[in-house]
Amino acid sequence: MTTPILHTEDLSIGYVGKKANNAIASNMNLSLAKGRLIALVGANGIGKSTLLRTITGIQKPLSGNVLLNGNPINSYSALDLAQQLSVVLTEKLPPSNLTVFELVALGRQPYTNWLGTLTDGDLEQVNHALALTQISDLSDKKHYEISDGQLQKVLIARALAQDTPLIILDEPTTHLDLLHKVSLFRLLKKLTQETGKCILFSTHDIDLAIELSDEMIVMTAEKTIQDLPSRLIADGIFDALFKDENIAFDVEKGKFIFKNL
Amino acid sequence: MLQSTRNSLLFPVLILGTLLLFLADISLGSVTIPIKEICKSLTGGTASKDTWEYIIINYRLPKAITAVLVGMGLSISGLLMQTLFRNPLAGPYVLGLSSGSSLGVAFVILGSSILPGAVGVFMVSSYGIILASCFGSFIVLLAVLLVSQRLRDTTAILIVGLMFGSFTSAFVGVLTYFSTAEQLQKFTFWSLGNLGNLSWTSIFILFVSVLAGLIMSLISIKPLDALLLGENYAKSLGLNYNKTRLIIIFATSILAGSITAFAGPIAFVGLAVPHIAKLVFQTSNHYILFWATLLFGAMIMLFCDIVSQVPGTEVTLPINAITSIIGAPVVIWLLLRKQKTGI
Repeated sequence: MTTPILHTEDLSIGYVGKKANNAIASNMNLSLAKGRLIALVGANGIGKSTLLRTITGIQKPLSGNVLLNGNPINSYSALDLAQQLSVVLTEKLPPSNLTVFELVALGRQPYTNWLGTLTDGDLEQVNHALALTQISDLSDKKHYEISDGQLQKVLIARALAQDTPLIILDEPTTHLDLLHKVSLFRLLKKLTQETGKCILFSTHDIDLAIELSDEMIVMTAEKTIQDLPSRLIADGIFDALFKDENIAFDVEKGKFIFKNL
Repeated sequence: MLQSTRNSLLFPVLILGTLLLFLADISLGSVTIPIKEICKSLTGGTASKDTWEYIIINYRLPKAITAVLVGMGLSISGLLMQTLFRNPLAGPYVLGLSSGSSLGVAFVILGSSILPGAVGVFMVSSYGIILASCFGSFIVLLAVLLVSQRLRDTTAILIVGLMFGSFTSAFVGVLTYFSTAEQLQKFTFWSLGNLGNLSWTSIFILFVSVLAGLIMSLISIKPLDALLLGENYAKSLGLNYNKTRLIIIFATSILAGSITAFAGPIAFVGLAVPHIAKLVFQTSNHYILFWATLLFGAMIMLFCDIVSQVPGTEVTLPINAITSIIGAPVVIWLLLRKQKTGI
């Protein structure tokens, strides 16, 4: 196996409390490798966001290490980190007049000069990102004029323009209907295959994630496991996902079923 | 792409407009001086009447230069604040920076008798007033920033600004109770706003302060663009948020503080001008907005100054009244517009 872009060693995440540390999840040994589409799933409040914040270096781990290309993530300067890792967040964008093109072009900031002037190379990268996400025709539109699904693609294009080996998305499929969810998953799948990037995303659409992702990281109250979807199903991990006897995972269908409706 | 050619055509128009208004501001007033004579006088020659020459060099030219500096500085500080606070209604006056400056100046002018001799004399000098004014606006900006970190709600920031306004006027009220009639008159006159009566030395100090603020703003153009995506995205793009925020705060305090020290608290210019620039140029790109805001700021302040001298009469209206009459409706209109587009 090749060396992963990012991996963790006995990582514990959580918050530092006044008396004792409040660990959310511990002993995580995760590995994000080139060209893989990896889904992060778990119930609400289980610590998905905390994990993403820790992996992206925003929050310090309680113990253990996050290693990016073999070096601790905290040893990277903000600018160096921006050339290794890009993000798509759930938060709303503040009001502005930004066009789709300008928004995607902001992804080039880690590479541009002090005024942010775009070189020919930068423009090429931006256009490439727009083409990959199939939103070139939107480039002159203002970002508030387009639909949620289109905006999500724009934000992904921005991350692509940032030209990093690793892209991390926080719940990219929320607020989207089934059609757009599927097309977004397909896009992510295509991007990992065509660009060789590693894409990690958190989601609540577990059925779709099982079908489309290469690997999954499942967070339960007891443990966090990373494996191939098929093996996770065989091990019966998904049954432990929700602590509710009315929801069970049907191994044959690969879907959740609801009882007592 | 069509838009960018339109924008590059707009700049020469704006520069020309600024020059024309600058000349008009020198020309118009209680005595009208022909533009030709002004050009003659400004290019090293002498105007055909001695009184004209005297008026231009000692009165109108310094006032026009002050108007340009004030307009540019306040507008840029408004632009910086609107992006930093993600709030279209932010500006030096609305957020209480001018109030903070007023409080600083009130302390100095009204409270100088409490201070020991030499310190009191220094503080009433231009340098003392500028220092007190910058310090006042800096403190208020820090307070607003603290509140904005706690509250995600952007309207709360505006309310804090309002509260600072009331707090200041109350405090000034207390100070006036203990001050002499002469001090009180000096403060009241200052608080009405005034672009004239500045010596060339004062103008030089103002120029250096505004230039320093503008250079800091110029450095912040790229970080400001990143901040259009919000704090977290900006950080993920490699932005050093704390450093950027500090530079922006210093720039705004110096701009708003020094201008308020010399020209008094001037309302609405800092809030309205960046919006005019955004509307005309239809962009959020801070490199374009920076120059557009500079030029529009200068133009609008020159225009307000021309109006305040009421050409052809002996009357001079307080500049703060004029900017408020023009600015207040703009703010109401913005609020209504905000409902529709979210800008």
